[in-house]
Amino acid sequence: MSADVAADVGSDVGSDAEWEMVIGLEVHCELATSTKLFCGCRNAFGDEPNTNVCPVCLGLPGSLPVLNAQAVELAMRIGTALHSEIRPSTFARKNYFYPDQAKDYQISQYDQPLNLGGWLELPDGFRVGVTRAHMEEDTGKLTHVGGSGRINAAHHALVDYNRSGVPLVEIVSEPDMRSSSQARAYASELRGILMATGASDGRMEEGSMRVDANVSVRPAGTTAFGTRCEIKNLNSLRSLGRAIEHEAARQIALIQSGEKVKQETLHWDEAAGRTSALRSKEEANDYRYFPEPDLVPLAPDAAWRARVGASLGPMPADRRAKLVASLGASASGAEHDQIRAVVDLGLDALVMAAIEAGAPAALAVARASNEVAAESEAGLALTPESFAALVSMEGKGTLSATQSKAVLSALLAAGGGDPAAVAKEMGFEALGTDALVAAVAEVVAAHPQEWARLVDGDEKLQGFFVKAVMDATDHKANGKEVAAELRRRRG
Amino acid sequence: MSGASAIGAAVRAGERSARAVTEEALAAVEVGDADVHAFLLTLPDEALAHADAIDASVAQGRDPGPLAGVPVALKDNLCTRGIPTTCGSRILEGWRPPYDATVVEKLRSAGAIALGKTNMDEFAMGSSTENSAFGPTRNPHRGDRVPGGSSGGSAASVAAGFTPLGLGSDTGGSIRQPAALCGVVGMKPTYGRVSRYGLVAFASSLDQIGPFAGRVEDAALLFDAIAGPDPRDSTSLPGAGPPTAPSVGRGVEGVRVGLCPDLIDGCARDVAARVYEAAEALAAAGAKVDEVRVPEFAYGLSAYYLIAPAEASSNLARYDGVRYGLRIDADDAAAMNTATRTAGFGAEVKRRIMLGTYALSAGYYDAYYAQAQRVRTMVMQAFERAYASVDVLLGATAPTTAFALGAKVDDPMAMYMNDVCTIPSNLSGHPSVSVPFGVGDDGLPVGVQVLAPALQEALLFQVAGAVEAAAPA
Amino acid sequence: MNSRPEPRPDGGDGPGHLTRDDVVHVARLARLELSDEEVSLFTAQLRTVLDHAADVAALDLAHLEPSSHPIPIENVLRPDEVQPCLDRAEVLAAAPSVEDHRFRVPRIGGEAP
Repeated sequence: MSADVAADVGSDVGSDAEWEMVIGLEVHCELATSTKLFCGCRNAFGDEPNTNVCPVCLGLPGSLPVLNAQAVELAMRIGTALHSEIRPSTFARKNYFYPDQAKDYQISQYDQPLNLGGWLELPDGFRVGVTRAHMEEDTGKLTHVGGSGRINAAHHALVDYNRSGVPLVEIVSEPDMRSSSQARAYASELRGILMATGASDGRMEEGSMRVDANVSVRPAGTTAFGTRCEIKNLNSLRSLGRAIEHEAARQIALIQSGEKVKQETLHWDEAAGRTSALRSKEEANDYRYFPEPDLVPLAPDAAWRARVGASLGPMPADRRAKLVASLGASASGAEHDQIRAVVDLGLDALVMAAIEAGAPAALAVARASNEVAAESEAGLALTPESFAALVSMEGKGTLSATQSKAVLSALLAAGGGDPAAVAKEMGFEALGTDALVAAVAEVVAAHPQEWARLVDGDEKLQGFFVKAVMDATDHKANGKEVAAELRRRRG
Repeated sequence: MSGASAIGAAVRAGERSARAVTEEALAAVEVGDADVHAFLLTLPDEALAHADAIDASVAQGRDPGPLAGVPVALKDNLCTRGIPTTCGSRILEGWRPPYDATVVEKLRSAGAIALGKTNMDEFAMGSSTENSAFGPTRNPHRGDRVPGGSSGGSAASVAAGFTPLGLGSDTGGSIRQPAALCGVVGMKPTYGRVSRYGLVAFASSLDQIGPFAGRVEDAALLFDAIAGPDPRDSTSLPGAGPPTAPSVGRGVEGVRVGLCPDLIDGCARDVAARVYEAAEALAAAGAKVDEVRVPEFAYGLSAYYLIAPAEASSNLARYDGVRYGLRIDADDAAAMNTATRTAGFGAEVKRRIMLGTYALSAGYYDAYYAQAQRVRTMVMQAFERAYASVDVLLGATAPTTAFALGAKVDDPMAMYMNDVCTIPSNLSGHPSVSVPFGVGDDGLPVGVQVLAPALQEALLFQVAGAVEAAAPA
Repeated sequence: MNSRPEPRPDGGDGPGHLTRDDVVHVARLARLELSDEEVSLFTAQLRTVLDHAADVAALDLAHLEPSSHPIPIENVLRPDEVQPCLDRAEVLAAAPSVEDHRFRVPRIGGEAP
């Protein structure tokens, strides 16, 4: 899945001068630990139902939670990456009945979260505030059976507790976003950060990162917040964008027709392209939060916090900056986009290695973001050495652009290899200077009238001759060198 | 039945067989328990199999542990693998835990024989064992009296001579109060000294597992066997303490005893008299006895009856008919939860769940729950001040001797008043013990309570031993 | 974010004034169904307990921190190592209703809170 970050499109509500949308996002991130938050059951996706369960995550009578040190480490890394303050914290019970909640309460953090405050900077420099990032446990998984399979029409439900107790960090943003594309950019950047910290595998389609969007609208230029609705469990960036757009439009339409927006929790139907409120029989939930008596306070000492800070690798923003710097003179808009794509796909290490090996920076970035990105899984199997060698060959003119792309494609398909060997196999011999000069001479001799006109000054024919030489040499010639030779011949 | 230490020593030495001891205990239950109803379930096959294994161990020259062959009665809120664990409730009737509580594992390693699961107030809520869904337990001293609660069954088992040892749980007095009413020793450890893993939770910040025995020395032996850190319980204290049993006979020369009127006034006159006599006896034995006032104790009852139900309302939410236990079917999941819980819980449990839910609910949290936790802080600080001038405190355990079955079931507040002397050390987490000391005007047992600072179980048993030594015959 | 909801409009005047409506509301929160008689009985009984608790509510303890734990310890953690889990057959054997190796429940009326 490619994390496509849309440029600011302008088709969103933000372009409607009358209204402004206000968005806050709550992102639940499953931590990539080996075991669950409070017990030693395996933390794994896709196993046979109810095979990773124990008294603790089933909430059996007499069971007790014990906190996973690695989950705390990862939660601290997230807080550090988001510039939060890591504080002494406590756990709390959030009480509500639901079949996927094994104890009919969730152990979470309430008054005293681990990470308080912070911010996230979007690629364009806009800063979104972070309110908090706290630890909590995940629920089991429900399958609704019978009827149409949707919650309301189901006949009964089945529960699998493999996911019950998996560690989560919930990251709550300030309501600072003003467009669906900003929201997408935030979610995409956050995903990159979560992956860079090692806290998450970023697999949204597996539920590793789930986004709830709080959306409200207000007349442009005003400061009071409108009534907000919460759209829950958005599992892709595309759904996130579409749902926000739809919801903002829905709210605006309501207000414009004289009605009030009701505070609701909504579900996004990707297929139908709309939100719907699920009728709940109960009134607003009273979670009756109180401090979790089975757990003691968590207060990571200064030494631990320092270790986390020191061991944190470069974040996506840092990696983008490094690539931008390696392009020397200011990068174009298109190059910024390419760099964003390269970092999003985790290909920046590959590119930096190529640059450090002497390959031309802009070319390395371009090949990575275009050709390698197209096969992004395979791209990661391509060694930095082969990529560097290939880009260098193209940079030196040993291979033409067309040839380089062909070799790269072959390398990606094979999952690696030696570019020089592959080039030879494919018959991409370096066309030596003599051969090139001879080829140009031949083509010139074959087209005397056109040559005369070119010599006379008809520049349009330059392209004709370059193309003719390329065709005659099966594109083994380097286009730039052909052009140079033609000019030399003309005198 | 002779004491646990004597039995353990004899079995270890090969002088008595564990099987013979176990058979004797099973026979006593067979004969006597129809009247008492201490047990919900006896485990003859398992007990004899374990006894045989111990005898085989001894025959091979191995040491089966300090409690070798000693029968123990287990309160039915302790998880026993594959063996029904009901907590005295219909909602868990027939439920077999797939794991053993840590204390059950430790008992087995010490060579003790789990004889059966004992009756209790439903989910440990009560002071008389009348809230059991399976019928009350009777006080072995007088059949028309309650044994106390909620660990009435284990207390009665020891009092009736079925087992020399019992395990109970104490949240607001549920070991010490039945010990007093049944005339046996019952002790609550420092919070965190004994693992709660496998104890079905009532009020998590207050619950502790503790021993019943006929004598202080045996209670200390049992405490030593079950105490210790447990990585499966986050609230369990690190570091095992030294064994406490050797302290029992040390006497009280120079020990500063604080006689606490706040733990005596408000009790029946005959109960109070026994406490003063115990104080005099300790003074005669060399202790320095002085009065210590701790008026903050008076607020403990109210604070407890907000904190405990609040935690319980959350701990008991899991009984929803989904994963185990009773289920009453209905059209949708929420209705199924409601039907199941309505049918499965008794009145006292419902009362406390509602009280607790109310205390935590929006708008009332600060005035009730948070305020009760501040009272807790106040009580903890009051204890600290008291222990600046004395080593232990002395008071009554229960305000009266055993009351009649049915006398207080319709008056919850009257029932709650039974805990007024025991609650303070649950709130503070300190260890305390009830030691039999004479009888009341009606000839029924009276228990005297000793309280010690956190982690001072050795001192606690030391003073308890002296009280026991001075008790009227 | 997570601000506590306002007290319910049908609630009493505050601590100590428990109404029948409170009892009905709280019973519903706790998934308990009470008969009219039980509502009356429990209202009276709970009121008595709460009246007794009024002495606590009235104390000025603002200078004290609430204690959630009797003995102060911190930072109890365990290593991130896989431990044996339960046998699925044993777990499901205790379940009231099973389908497809999962716990079966009647249809669920609403969205997760």
